[in-house]
Amino acid sequence: MIHRECGVLKTSYAADMALYPVPLARWTVGAVAVAAFGVFPWLAGDYLLSIANLAAIAVVGAIGLNILTGYTGQISLGHGAFMSVGAYTAANLATRVGLPVWVCLPAGGAMAALVGMIVGSPSLRIKGLYLAIATLAGQFVIEWTINHVTWISGGVQASIYVPRPALGGLVIQSQREMYYFIMVVTALAVVAALNLFRTRVGRAFIAIRDHDVAAEIIGINIFRYKLLAFAISSFYAGVTGVLYTYYLGIANYEQFTIVTSIDFLAMIIIGGLGSILGAIFGAVFLTLLPIVLRYVVEGIGGLFFTITDVLNLITNIQLILFGGLIVFFLVVEPEGLNKLWRNIKDYFRVWPFAY
Amino acid sequence: MTRSLALTLAAVLALAAAASPVPAGHEIVVGLQCDRVGPTNTIGPFLCPGAHDYVKLVNKKGGVDGHRIRVMEIDIKYQVPLAVESYEKMKQEGIVSLMLYGTPQTYALTPKLTEDRIPGTAPGFGRADATDGTKYPYVFPVAASYWSQATAAVKFLIDESRKQGKKVGKVAFLFFDNPAGREPIPILETLAKREGFELRTFAVPPPGIEMSAQVLDIGGRFRPDWVITHLFGRSPSVSIKELKRVGYPLDRVVSFVWGAAESDVEAAGWSTAEGYLGLQFAGVGQDFPVIQEIAKMYKDEGQAPPKEIAQSVYYNRGVLWAAVHVEAIRNAVKKFGPQIKGEHVKQGFEMIKDFTLGGLVPPLEITPNDHEGGGWVQVWQVKGGKWVRVTDWFKAYPDVLQEALKKS
Repeated sequence: MIHRECGVLKTSYAADMALYPVPLARWTVGAVAVAAFGVFPWLAGDYLLSIANLAAIAVVGAIGLNILTGYTGQISLGHGAFMSVGAYTAANLATRVGLPVWVCLPAGGAMAALVGMIVGSPSLRIKGLYLAIATLAGQFVIEWTINHVTWISGGVQASIYVPRPALGGLVIQSQREMYYFIMVVTALAVVAALNLFRTRVGRAFIAIRDHDVAAEIIGINIFRYKLLAFAISSFYAGVTGVLYTYYLGIANYEQFTIVTSIDFLAMIIIGGLGSILGAIFGAVFLTLLPIVLRYVVEGIGGLFFTITDVLNLITNIQLILFGGLIVFFLVVEPEGLNKLWRNIKDYFRVWPFAY
Repeated sequence: MTRSLALTLAAVLALAAAASPVPAGHEIVVGLQCDRVGPTNTIGPFLCPGAHDYVKLVNKKGGVDGHRIRVMEIDIKYQVPLAVESYEKMKQEGIVSLMLYGTPQTYALTPKLTEDRIPGTAPGFGRADATDGTKYPYVFPVAASYWSQATAAVKFLIDESRKQGKKVGKVAFLFFDNPAGREPIPILETLAKREGFELRTFAVPPPGIEMSAQVLDIGGRFRPDWVITHLFGRSPSVSIKELKRVGYPLDRVVSFVWGAAESDVEAAGWSTAEGYLGLQFAGVGQDFPVIQEIAKMYKDEGQAPPKEIAQSVYYNRGVLWAAVHVEAIRNAVKKFGPQIKGEHVKQGFEMIKDFTLGGLVPPLEITPNDHEGGGWVQVWQVKGGKWVRVTDWFKAYPDVLQEALKKS
């Protein structure tokens, strides 16, 4: 938490290019990894693990959208649909061809990337709100297609059951096994995204976001990189869809509607545009908020009203608080939870000798 | 990096919150997933109080063999992730059965219910194929599925036409364009072939409040003898108004179960909707002993009966919903003693027979093969400002349904 660069001398190129140059940061990451993989899953029960699983899946999707919207500056309202593309691709491959999970997972992502590139192609000519509407059209077209083409959706029900994922002989079934499966994918997604923005490709994305004409003038092929941003981002979305599918045991497009797309946009806006940590914060925050609010409102409401009276109230108060809290956090820190976290860190960086 | 930290932190937070007081004494917990604020908020606020009130009444009368039943309601806002999360929470609390809410949620939780051996009921929430108890042992539609509703609607309109000395020539099917809405189409197509009428389908895209083009097509061009509607949420009231506007006689419109509540008619206007027909899988109105008992229970406590009672279509369905659970638990307790688990209650469901609650519940007979309990419906009609019963419980074309089940 208290990252002091003081005394950190980089004596080699490798040290200079390290993801975490400060030793303390490395230790923190290590400790968090140990906590997430070694401690938490063995302390927590099924219920907590199920929440963690949902949050971890949301993290992948939020990072994906942040790559596109936060880092490259292209708005997408079609991410819910990209998730469903991944979900149905994986479900079809798993049930019809019988492919294992480690093939279906990237295949779902790849298919979503392909579709994402097509939906994102208008971004070459249009920007901002116009692009938002173009991707919104993509959302509806994909939704309609899955809904009506039974070859994709597996029948009039538009839902396909998938077998439990198996790695070798191990069938991933319990919440804890699911947790490890999802967390490994999430960890890979985070590390890949963190490193992406240390490469030429990532820097090109940021240049496009900051000023696309200038970026083109310094030699960035806008056509290529915008489509690449859509592809990578949709790949993440597709993987999110596949994770949902395997976690629930079913692919169903009704959970990937326009509302989902907006939810994910809300996650990255609340978490902080243009930062991986922000996407993580946003995803966890929006996943937990309704759950925590439920306990709070039930606990407090139960003191004043009988439970049947409170049931109708609770849900409505929850909604009001949900909206209120989001506005509150954005007013306190328009740049999102990530900025809030950085402010705290910056404060402690020079603490107690602030001057 | 700090991603996981945030996750752990959040988890700790949730842990603290989850450590709420544990109930004392032996009670049997039933989970109820409800949606009071989401897209189906025309239904949840009336359906779920019905379930709560029935269980309250049962507890007041001494519970099931002296064991209290607790309904654990969690609002899922019609969202799949929240349904999954709340299901895990309920499982932790040791629910023996679950009231599922919504088609996508039912689909998402079916594999989990089967793994955990906890029976779930989804009355009127799609999943016609779950009627087959051998394929989906832990899902119980308990009320007429959309397939059964389709057969019943067709039988009704053929019988009505015959009474008037006519043949059914053309039927329009106006439906909400989602999986739940499309579910009955294959059945209707089969029946059209068999009974020799022309069927044309008219899709209403979500959110379903714009259908003037479709209705104009029905009333102006296709001019069917009957219209069957299968709409959800706000769209039934829109369909009533639109059909009225194009001059289509409403006594030739038969709605499936989610378009036949007081609120739907109220939104369109009672006088506008005069003649409108609707299928019901639970009795309508307050003239049932159990509803009177609930009202009396509140009166004895010095309270006014809950206002939800007046929305009797959904309220009574809530009562039916809870009653089936209580009955299953009663059967299970009788057979296995008070320490029952999900699989016992599953068998309890499969023993439900001759349980009509004074006419509010159809003559259900749930068996290990038939989790629907027969697929009974009644037809009701809007007459003079209220719903009036037209037919008794009936079902139709069992062979068509069997065929479809075998194929699914």
